[in-house]
Amino acid sequence: MAAVDTDRLTSTVERPARHRRRRRPPRPGTIAVGVVAWAVGLVFFFPVLWMFLTGFKQESQASTDPPTIFFTPTLDQYRAILGRDFLPYFGNSLIASVLSIVLVLLLATPAAYALSVRPVVRWQDSLFFFLSTRMMPAVATILPLYIIARDLNVLDNVTFLALIYTAMNLPIAVWMIRSFLLELPKEVLEAARVDGASLPVEMRRVILPMIAPGLAATALICFIFAWNEFFFAVSLTAFRAATVPVFLVGFITQEGLFWARLSAAATLAVLPVLIAGWTAQKWLVRGLSLGAVK
Amino acid sequence: MRRRRLALLAAVAALVVAASGCAGVGGRGGGGTQVVVAMVANPQMQDLERLSGEFTRRHPEISLKFVTLPENELRDRVTQDIATNAGQYDVVTVGTYEVPIWAANTWLTRVDGLAARTPGYDVADLIPPVRDALTYRGGMYAVPFYGESSFLMYRKDLFARAGLTMPARPTWQQVASFAARLDDPAKKLSGICLRGLPGWGEVLAPLDTVILTFGGRWYDEHWKAHLTDPATVRAVKFYVDLVRKHGEPGAPSAGFSECLTSLSQGNSAMWYDATSAAGSLEDPNVSKVAGKIGYAPAPVVDTPRSGWLWAWSLASPTTSREKAAAWTFMSWASSKEYVRLVGEKLGWARVLPGSRLSTYALPQYRKAAGAFADQTLRSIQGVDVHRPGRYPQPWIGVQYVSIPEFQDLGTKVSQEISAAIAGQQSVDDAMRKAQRYAEDAAANGGYGS
Repeated sequence: MAAVDTDRLTSTVERPARHRRRRRPPRPGTIAVGVVAWAVGLVFFFPVLWMFLTGFKQESQASTDPPTIFFTPTLDQYRAILGRDFLPYFGNSLIASVLSIVLVLLLATPAAYALSVRPVVRWQDSLFFFLSTRMMPAVATILPLYIIARDLNVLDNVTFLALIYTAMNLPIAVWMIRSFLLELPKEVLEAARVDGASLPVEMRRVILPMIAPGLAATALICFIFAWNEFFFAVSLTAFRAATVPVFLVGFITQEGLFWARLSAAATLAVLPVLIAGWTAQKWLVRGLSLGAVK
Repeated sequence: MRRRRLALLAAVAALVVAASGCAGVGGRGGGGTQVVVAMVANPQMQDLERLSGEFTRRHPEISLKFVTLPENELRDRVTQDIATNAGQYDVVTVGTYEVPIWAANTWLTRVDGLAARTPGYDVADLIPPVRDALTYRGGMYAVPFYGESSFLMYRKDLFARAGLTMPARPTWQQVASFAARLDDPAKKLSGICLRGLPGWGEVLAPLDTVILTFGGRWYDEHWKAHLTDPATVRAVKFYVDLVRKHGEPGAPSAGFSECLTSLSQGNSAMWYDATSAAGSLEDPNVSKVAGKIGYAPAPVVDTPRSGWLWAWSLASPTTSREKAAAWTFMSWASSKEYVRLVGEKLGWARVLPGSRLSTYALPQYRKAAGAFADQTLRSIQGVDVHRPGRYPQPWIGVQYVSIPEFQDLGTKVSQEISAAIAGQQSVDDAMRKAQRYAEDAAANGGYGS
């Protein structure tokens, strides 16, 4: 009872101090930094906002000069998109992205472990090799990939696309996860080993829980890369496995107006990335501040 | 806790197994023979996809799958598919540029025999210059879906207010003087809108017709490049000067869509471009100037006629495994019956222009497209795809050179022209570089040797 009273007393004593801190006028420098930050934020956000608004316009309103700012919103463009069989593209994007993330995490985590916690022989060369696979432009690999896919009868196949995305994202995932593993206190791992933890137990009970935010950040970045990938998707798919970016460019025509419909389709396309980002926001911030992308 | 982990692992494993057995969710539905149609994202093709239910209702044994892409992506995809013998597509939309090249490569199935054997198809009804453009060494390799030439579109109300009269056969000099009179930057009105966007299908399309009517040319019969000839340079200088002095703002980045927006929103007094633009200009839902537009033939200088020819057409690659079903669909989509179906279901103003003579005899179409239908037909019928300019040429086509190297050559030359329109270099410099590119392309392609 006495303890409760003490708590109440403490809180009543602290409150005026907090109020005093709030009332303190901000310094001019802080205001200036705040204004600049808001301005930069708005500049970055404006195209997204404009895309969102344009999706609710008629085509004639979307291409006026000067731009139409006040208009009666319409759902016509969204109706037209959903009437054009949007969901299969969405489903393919989801399968390719999620499957590739699962494979990337399954392969990249042990690889990163072998390049950081218990480094293999010539680990630096291996690390550079991973990075070097990203140095070749995608266009240089497309013809061999296309011919391989044709010969294996996996053209227009979402699983093949997921494998391509896995290969595409694996190097960056290895580098990211490695940087998270390097942050782990060695004492904790040694303690686990002293307690007799085998490698799988050490991995499952000690390492994975500690780098979980980093894995979430890696997964999200790989998801964004896979979800937005266009070149391989347009080159290796036709109608069965085509993804959302391929659906989007289907609105671009040289003979007509298309901005409103394209904006509505793009708004639908970015929703999963936004939702994934918001859902994993807490982990993402922790993950990104933990390791590589500081 | 352990159970949750097991459930998670099971879910991941199930996803992997399910996905590994899944080619994709886009191919579901439709039985029988599957015909895959790769097409450009133009509104007319979207109408085709919308009306395809009528086809499958009549041919339940065939199911259709559509792949819609922008022009350049589609060209790359289809080229890759046919060249590697992958055989993913049964019907592809091709332009008049590709047909002679791909026919020479034996990439396209010859269709004149099929057309002759199809009851009611009426090959003679296809507009002759369009049919010619789709014919290679006596064989027809594609059927026209819709076609276009180019003409001059102008604001009748602005001409009347300024006391100007558009001649029945305007010259480019007259057009330039009209543009100077009507140009009013204070009212955000440009005298004319002309494409300046780099791309062989963008700025080069109208510019090539100007070059031809000025007496210029790309190559002679022996594949000697003529881009620095006085007539060619004079034509390019005329075009660049006109668009720089009285053209739309931001001309180096203006293509068909930008000019369509400019004229339809009342920001340009004239526009020289594709006849297919007229349908959008006369649609009050997207155009503020519907009913105010006049249509005149492509302006000329030294030739009696001018104007380009293009037809989006349907062809079947020789790699297709479903050629019979592909022809069934192609013949339906390019038939008189389909023209009527579009009119009845989607409106007569949306009927496909420039493919069949009979379309222009339909009373409903003449009523809906009365403002531009006759001029469109006259423009298309006036084109000679074998000799569009003053001199003979060793290829079929007007606003392009139908050799595979032209995509790269045309793009590079168009970039130089666009830079001249932007004021970054002189026309003389641009054409000197263009001449070098053209000589290299002819030498590398082994033409004339």
